[in-house]
Amino acid sequence: MSDDTILKIRNLKIDGKTGDEWLPILKGIDLDLKRGEVLGVIGESGAGKSTIGLAAMGYTRGGCRISGGTVDFEGTDLVAASETYRRKLRGKKIAYVAQSAAASFNPAHRLIDQYSEAPIQHGVMNTTEAESDATELYRRLQLPNPDEIGFRYPHQVSGGQLQRAMTAMAMSCRPDLIIFDEPTTALDVTTQIEVLAAIRDAVEQFGTAAIYITHDLAVVAQMADRIQVFKLGETIEEAETRKMLSAPEEDYTKSLWAVRSFKATAKPKPPADEVPIVELRNVDAAYGATPVLFDVNFKIHKGRTVAVVGESGSGKSTAARCITGLLPPTKGEILFNGEALPPGYRQRNKDQLRQAQMIYQMADTALNPKQRIEDIIGRPVGFYLGLSGKAQRERVRELLDLIEMEPDVYMHRFPGELSGGQKQRIGIARSLAAEPQFIICDEVTSALDQLVAEGILRLLDKLQIDLGLAYMFITHDLATVRAIADEVVVMQHGKVVEQGPKVEMFKPPHHPYTDLLLSSVPEMDPGWLTNLLGARERGEIVDAKAAGASDN
Amino acid sequence: MHPILKMALQRLALGVFTLFVVSIIIAGAVEFLPGDLAQEILGQAATPEAVAAFRAEVGLDKPPVERYFSWLGGVAQGDFGTSLATKRSISELISARLGNTLFLAGFAAVIAVPLAVTLGMLAALYRNSWFDRLINVSTLSSISFPEFFVAYVLILFLSVGYGFDARWVLAVLGLFLLVEGFGAVREGMKIGRFSMFGSVFGLLGLALVVNAVFGWWSYQVGAVQAFPSISNISPDASFSERIYRSFLPALTLTLVVTAHMMRMTRASIINLMASPYIEMARLKGMPPGRIIVKHALPNALAPIINVIAINLAYLITGVVVVEVVFVYPGLGQLLVDSVSKRDITVVQGCCLIFAATYILLNLTADILAIATNPRLLHPK
Repeated sequence: MSDDTILKIRNLKIDGKTGDEWLPILKGIDLDLKRGEVLGVIGESGAGKSTIGLAAMGYTRGGCRISGGTVDFEGTDLVAASETYRRKLRGKKIAYVAQSAAASFNPAHRLIDQYSEAPIQHGVMNTTEAESDATELYRRLQLPNPDEIGFRYPHQVSGGQLQRAMTAMAMSCRPDLIIFDEPTTALDVTTQIEVLAAIRDAVEQFGTAAIYITHDLAVVAQMADRIQVFKLGETIEEAETRKMLSAPEEDYTKSLWAVRSFKATAKPKPPADEVPIVELRNVDAAYGATPVLFDVNFKIHKGRTVAVVGESGSGKSTAARCITGLLPPTKGEILFNGEALPPGYRQRNKDQLRQAQMIYQMADTALNPKQRIEDIIGRPVGFYLGLSGKAQRERVRELLDLIEMEPDVYMHRFPGELSGGQKQRIGIARSLAAEPQFIICDEVTSALDQLVAEGILRLLDKLQIDLGLAYMFITHDLATVRAIADEVVVMQHGKVVEQGPKVEMFKPPHHPYTDLLLSSVPEMDPGWLTNLLGARERGEIVDAKAAGASDN
Repeated sequence: MHPILKMALQRLALGVFTLFVVSIIIAGAVEFLPGDLAQEILGQAATPEAVAAFRAEVGLDKPPVERYFSWLGGVAQGDFGTSLATKRSISELISARLGNTLFLAGFAAVIAVPLAVTLGMLAALYRNSWFDRLINVSTLSSISFPEFFVAYVLILFLSVGYGFDARWVLAVLGLFLLVEGFGAVREGMKIGRFSMFGSVFGLLGLALVVNAVFGWWSYQVGAVQAFPSISNISPDASFSERIYRSFLPALTLTLVVTAHMMRMTRASIINLMASPYIEMARLKGMPPGRIIVKHALPNALAPIINVIAINLAYLITGVVVVEVVFVYPGLGQLLVDSVSKRDITVVQGCCLIFAATYILLNLTADILAIATNPRLLHPK
């Protein structure tokens, strides 16, 4: 029985250095993994998920230390073992698949050389063996042109393919354990499915044990035999996947499960003769000589939310750049309350600029780290409304009240002193400062944890009702669309392939691409991936090739 | 056409244009020098008539623009004209000196570049250890002292001979300082402090030991000094003779340029050590040395190559002081002599060669930076 256990972590404590202090990241974790078993590790950011994954390899990042406990891998405690011993294990017995394959492949070497490195250096294979083995694994993971793809450099391969190439690389020495650290988080929903299927098949074929780290419950439901939920460095609960999904015991787990239940207030249809706030008419746009938008048409009415969905590169953000005037369209026009706007932002007057504001995906980079909150929000207040001094500060306080942040506490802080969700709230307040009628939300919840994202969606919904705002909500996450949209615009390859009210969009029949998008959203049912792949195989549901999805 | 070849040709054309602009600036600057060749040669007592006659003889009476264009016409055909002062062909004058300068620069570069890159990698590998600190302190000290000072220190330790007994005393003292000094540095690092005194004494000890070793060696071969302090090489000297005679100036230049390249190598590599692909290499179980050489260095090459190019250019154009100290017959000395003689055609020729050196080395650096970057070499 004990032979069956491959990894046994007991009372593991890891500290991280903040300034001069050591603060606990993991507060005594227990974790068991049997041979061939897949354990889902789930939790929000800050739960210590990645730290656990790395600790399973006896590895800690710079600025972290193991302050107690044991990591028992195949009978040896990695905490007490020598660095040389651990190094011989890594890559050979335990392998790692990172979140961003694009960043984790060395840009200076070909894929196949990076594949071969571990087997050659660990003395498992020679160069010829490693290279033919690489081709074999590339084929198993269903990479296109398996004989040739390895000789490309990482930048010549798409994100979904890189992620599979990295999974292949992790398997190069046929390890006993693979750590998957959010391997599909950075991918489009249509691409994610292919990668999930490839990973699951590979893990099953080789009988590899795996720790699958993610914040996405629906994904972990497809991959894991057992799920362990973490919060702030502690285990909340642990159970077999089906039991965990159907009957979670702890309140925290239940709250994670419940996130997807949020629905924005439904709004009545606008009268047919109402002039829309924003209208795109036959808009074409190009970056230099490369055309990116083709004849894009859609309307956004007062007080309503239009969700623009599509995978990366479909032209969602480009359409937003055209509306704001950052990228003047090459053809067509943008109407605001029925009047055509000048194409470039330089030709627009202050009032036209004021009416359309933006909230960005990465609140971290969208806020100046050297400015206090009152200056960040005060700047548009002064610029657009001409308020200064006391009047400006008063307005900033009102805005902070509006986004449910206590002015006295937060006015004088720097962005670095706020959490991710709070920063995004500041981004919202900054856009509200201009008193616009229309706000473009560009993937505003993608970088946030689900609970926090839900808070932001609730806030946006409340502001919409109170202030009558119109939103253009750019996202690739259909769960968010379901939650917040009144109308949906589906884009692919720079064209609008389908649009209409949300209620109709989520009912068949669909355009094949919409179908692909909808069917690709993971569901909580552990059998979902298997059923879906089966249905696609039999041709009952459209697959990526039929829908003309970009290569994955 | 291959994109790199195309870019090289474009940059080369741009370089020729830059040279043209530089030649105008040089000609203009030379015009601003107070006095001219005639006054310099004929001296203070010369009559205005004599000066005017001299000027007419060498063509200095013509307007500057005309003189510039006739000079430029000659240069375009490879003829740099003749020296106004000595009447010798400038091409001949410069080519011998340029050969010497290139030899010295090449000699120094062959030592300095591999040394700097290796030290940089080792410093990155053992970052924040006593070894890293020591390399930083010693290379920074050598770059902080004026070149002539470094040159004289080297002469003192490697060229001046002592009596036999004194050498033994110094050697023992050196060994003592070396062990104690570096010992203090190592002890200090254990409690997180860097001992500046320790490193200074250690380095001094190292110098004394080196001095003793070379002194012993010269004593064995029966020479008065280990290396000559005057590097007056003649055109017909053999290769090994040249190496031996120009060793001290080359070593001086090495000490001057190493710090810059070594620190850039170290910084570029350390900068990359936090990248996800370095962590990936660690998680694949690769040893630290391999991670530095195979995973970090190839991605850090572009900035390192650029700093090397700048330092190579400096080795060719900036060595005047070192040439003077060691009486080395290089281009820098020729330039200084010609400026003081107001021999403007020679000055223009030298400056043009220096400018061309900078342009060529930077062009090479740019091409190498592209050739080592797969993103640019293998587009999608």
